[in-house]
Amino acid sequence: MLFILLTIVFAVIRIMPGDPVSAMLGGHAPDKVIEQKKEELGLNKPLIVQYGNYLWQVAHLDLGTSMIFKQKVTSAITDKLPATIELTVFGMIVTLLVGVPLGAYAADNRRSGKDYLIRLYGIVIYCIPVYWLGLMFQMIFGVWLDWFPVAGRTSPRVFVSTFEQTGLYIIDTLLINDWKALWDVLMHLVLPSLTLGLTLSGIFIRLTRANMLDVLKSDYILAAEARGIRHFSVVYKHGLLNAFVPILTMMGLQVSLLMAGAVLTESTFSWPGMGRLLLERIYLRDYPTIQGVIVIFALIVAFMSLLVDIIYALIDPRVRY
Amino acid sequence: MKHSPTAAMGRVIGGFTGMGRKYGAEWWILIIGALIIGGIILMALLAPLIAPYGPHDQEAGPQLAPPSSEHLMGTDNLQRDVLSRIIFGARTILGVAILAAIISSVVGISLGMFSGYSGGAFDKTLSLIMDSVYSFPGLILAIAFAAMLEPGIMSITIAVAVIYIPTYFRLVRGQTLTIKEELYVESARAIGAPNLVILGKYIFPNVIATTAVVFTMNVGDAIMIEAALTYLGLGLPPSIVDWGMDLAMGKKYLPSGQWWLITFPGVMISTLALGFTMLGEGLAEILNPRLLER
Repeated sequence: MLFILLTIVFAVIRIMPGDPVSAMLGGHAPDKVIEQKKEELGLNKPLIVQYGNYLWQVAHLDLGTSMIFKQKVTSAITDKLPATIELTVFGMIVTLLVGVPLGAYAADNRRSGKDYLIRLYGIVIYCIPVYWLGLMFQMIFGVWLDWFPVAGRTSPRVFVSTFEQTGLYIIDTLLINDWKALWDVLMHLVLPSLTLGLTLSGIFIRLTRANMLDVLKSDYILAAEARGIRHFSVVYKHGLLNAFVPILTMMGLQVSLLMAGAVLTESTFSWPGMGRLLLERIYLRDYPTIQGVIVIFALIVAFMSLLVDIIYALIDPRVRY
Repeated sequence: MKHSPTAAMGRVIGGFTGMGRKYGAEWWILIIGALIIGGIILMALLAPLIAPYGPHDQEAGPQLAPPSSEHLMGTDNLQRDVLSRIIFGARTILGVAILAAIISSVVGISLGMFSGYSGGAFDKTLSLIMDSVYSFPGLILAIAFAAMLEPGIMSITIAVAVIYIPTYFRLVRGQTLTIKEELYVESARAIGAPNLVILGKYIFPNVIATTAVVFTMNVGDAIMIEAALTYLGLGLPPSIVDWGMDLAMGKKYLPSGQWWLITFPGVMISTLALGFTMLGEGLAEILNPRLLER
């Protein structure tokens, strides 16, 4: 999958008009300078040679060097990746905290007013673009109420260099016991992760509800009810735990939606992550970095689906490979 | 049976509520969705007639004026009327989203049918490519395409269309695989029907039905992707009126509290996407209750 995506991306960005040299030097550079620069970057070689070279590099875990800045693509990515991971992990937590209980509750109260209300919320929130929800949150909670900061990962006065070790600021601030900085980081995370999490919660409500409906029909639920176990614990313990396996599988499939949402959320909240890196470099036609970012996104998607399979086997004793 | 207009009206309403009783909430979801879409399409078609000002009119009113009786949605930084831009912007987003869905369904359905029908190495390769694209975040792919093409209506349409091709491909290929084993296809082959005729007359009519629901949902999704791209500043030149671009422009005035610049374009994008999603949901429940359970 990775190989195919690489090939598609490689082909697409080279077939399309626009190249890094003219983006770098402006449209009116003398031909000689352009030729020289192209040779320096290896752009004058036949495409197939460029392609071969690139695959060879990637196979050695080297994503190349940025064409615009003299910086390794891998180091640009390791700079930005933790920000995206922090955002997506917290977004996912919000999604699960909102989506799963609401979905289970809707299934338990099937065809009641509450059920319809929750499903309506699910459909509506699904149709609200993540970037717009972000803007509205910024306006309401940032500008009007002034509760939360609306941009970046930290306040300007927080010295990032004092705690930058893993790049995951929450872990970094915990490592050096800087509670004030941790609070600052958490406050910056609130709006972006709420935005990302809420927009995805609609899908999870639907998934949880559908799976719960199946589970609640099964014999062991009836048996549990018959034994006089409290209704609450029948639904949310016996029921939800069993419904969770298919929900987990779906979670693996939602990773790509999560990534897409993260790119937009980053742009709205000036979050210095992978999405912003991709957008900045696209304008500059920085081929190696664009390719690198897409490789990493593809790797994340592939890795997450593997992880889901593993967890699946761990929590469901019926699955044995 | 009476033939007066009121009686006819009564029968229509009776039919509606009858359907409502038969299918429950799904029927009303479908109707509301259809009404929303109908309203916005009408607005787009009648744009020059109903818009109070021109979308590019830079002397429509004062700069950055809040909503008032003269400017129902206020004005922007270039003294343009926001309501008029919203009305004209509907043309862009509807056009791009529907055209993109048509392109991706035509390409996806035909590739899916050929691939599923012919099988072999061609089918394997194509399926592999489609699966890779399908599992990758669509928006990011669309960003890459939109950024590489010259800004314009056609470019953004292609960028949006590309990411939905695998959806149709997978759906149609799967169905073709089942249908081509059916007896009626077998007998068509036995009487010597050429492959193209079998594809066109026996397989196509059977796969097209299920794609209708996917198509509606697809348009709803394409609306959000189109607006996302233009919000990021990709795909369209600034001379075209577009909700996503207006949203991006309004973002600059957010810290100073000009709420109307981001509120109205966003509400419109959500409402339009909601319309198509509701229509799709309703159709899906009524046509094929099992489709959405996947």
